Amino acid sequence: MKKSYEKPIILKLQTGFMNKYGSTPYYSRKTRSEIDGVPIDTLVTKFGSPLMVFSESSIRRTYNEVFRAFSTRYPSVTFGWSYKTNYLKAICSIFHQEGALAEVVSEMEYEKARKLGIPGKNIIFNGPHKPFEILKRAASENSMIHIDHFDELMELEQISQQLHKPVKVGLRLNMETGIHPQWSRFGFNLDTGQALDAVKRMKHGGKLILNGLHCHLGTFILDPQAYAEAIKKMVAFAYEIETHFGFKMEYLDIGGGFPSQNKLKSSYLPPELTILPLDEYAAKITNALYENLRPGDYPRLIIETGRALVDESGYMITTVITSKRLPDGRKAYVVDGGINLLFTSFWYKFNLEIDREVPGVNEPAVVYGPLCMNIDAIDEGTLLPSLPRGARLIVSPIGAYNVTQWMQFIEYRPNVVLIGQQGELDIIREREDLTDIDRREKLPPRLAYK
Amino acid sequence: MNRLTQLALSDEGFVFDPLTGESFTVNPTGLTILRGLKADRSLESIGREISDQFEALPEETERDITDFIHHLRTYHLL
Repeated sequence: MKKSYEKPIILKLQTGFMNKYGSTPYYSRKTRSEIDGVPIDTLVTKFGSPLMVFSESSIRRTYNEVFRAFSTRYPSVTFGWSYKTNYLKAICSIFHQEGALAEVVSEMEYEKARKLGIPGKNIIFNGPHKPFEILKRAASENSMIHIDHFDELMELEQISQQLHKPVKVGLRLNMETGIHPQWSRFGFNLDTGQALDAVKRMKHGGKLILNGLHCHLGTFILDPQAYAEAIKKMVAFAYEIETHFGFKMEYLDIGGGFPSQNKLKSSYLPPELTILPLDEYAAKITNALYENLRPGDYPRLIIETGRALVDESGYMITTVITSKRLPDGRKAYVVDGGINLLFTSFWYKFNLEIDREVPGVNEPAVVYGPLCMNIDAIDEGTLLPSLPRGARLIVSPIGAYNVTQWMQFIEYRPNVVLIGQQGELDIIREREDLTDIDRREKLPPRLAYK
Repeated sequence: MNRLTQLALSDEGFVFDPLTGESFTVNPTGLTILRGLKADRSLESIGREISDQFEALPEETERDITDFIHHLRTYHLL
């Protein structure tokens, strides 16, 4: 009887070095044969490879866990779904069904939210670029506009005049909270008095009603204390405004920036050890509110977290196209989805799982994408067993920022599939073809090929 | 000179290179190839031996032997 086949492999034994890959590096590996009970093979057979897959159950579960962490601690909590994190209609709709407002940062995102049927009053309009016409539309539809700069403030005063009504607005703040880099380019600085100047200007103009404060400290913030610092400063500022200018803050919006369970390339330790549970963030934030708010005063707490709610619900299935041996001895795999689809691969080291048990020991490997570009590497240093052509590598978590920042570059973008709570399989974005690329281009007749 | 003839191979897949003092480990298919190369056998004959002993398709074996030889070169064993 023949023995089972293992691809031949030779590995140099090194002693005296620290093991940078964690325990049992040559045998530890991860396999994933299904997502939410749907076999990887079924998904690829039906929808092709590469394939982006989202789990509706995971999104709803995560949303409810995080929401409960806040709502069980504070009486008035609202989430705003950060469109830029993932603005596929189906994904946004899940969050809206769960009760999230739309948090948009551009004309396109505003229009997308309105097209989904979200009323203006349930749209938070952030960002530094709100062209006049969309700003006017947002004001007329009573959306929650957060002013980013003085020019916008002036434009809103004009809009108020044109609409013959005062416009309710929020003010975006930036401040020192111990987080570096400090996101000082957005909104008005609290520490230098710039924010106070903006409030004075609003009061003097008499056309705007300030009813909320907003800040967004940064992204992937690992220290929840920063939020507590922000709350302390925002509450103090809210009371200062109320006392001196008569504007009562109806809400405090602390933005997003909570981390997901992804591993930053710059982080040596795995995310389980570096990232605190979101419960800790909820506790810090709500404790800071109780410590600083006046008794009986409970302005609405708005949270715009994106990444932490959706990252873990997304997977990308890829297929090994080929493998080769690099001059330095590492094994290189080329898979059919690369940085064109995984923008976040520039800063994340993803979890790579194989769709099957592969015999043999692991060896140092690089995983390249399909682009004819040297930078197209999903993982430049991992350990994988010898994978045959056609094996699937499942990359995760990829739910945040990839299907918004992906590029139409060299390759067509693939199908995106949502696995429903009852196992339904729906394409929520179709694979592109040449018509998508061609549609917006114009070829002057004189340049036509003859 | 065939560098491989200098290697000490154990039945368990331990490989010692007395020239450099380096040690390696190979799996059973790798060991079959190493032994074949050490005996100066042709790649076709080594491939046949692997196909006879293991559940492997000849085209897969051929591809994998080529990759293994590249790997030996990166370790300067060939």
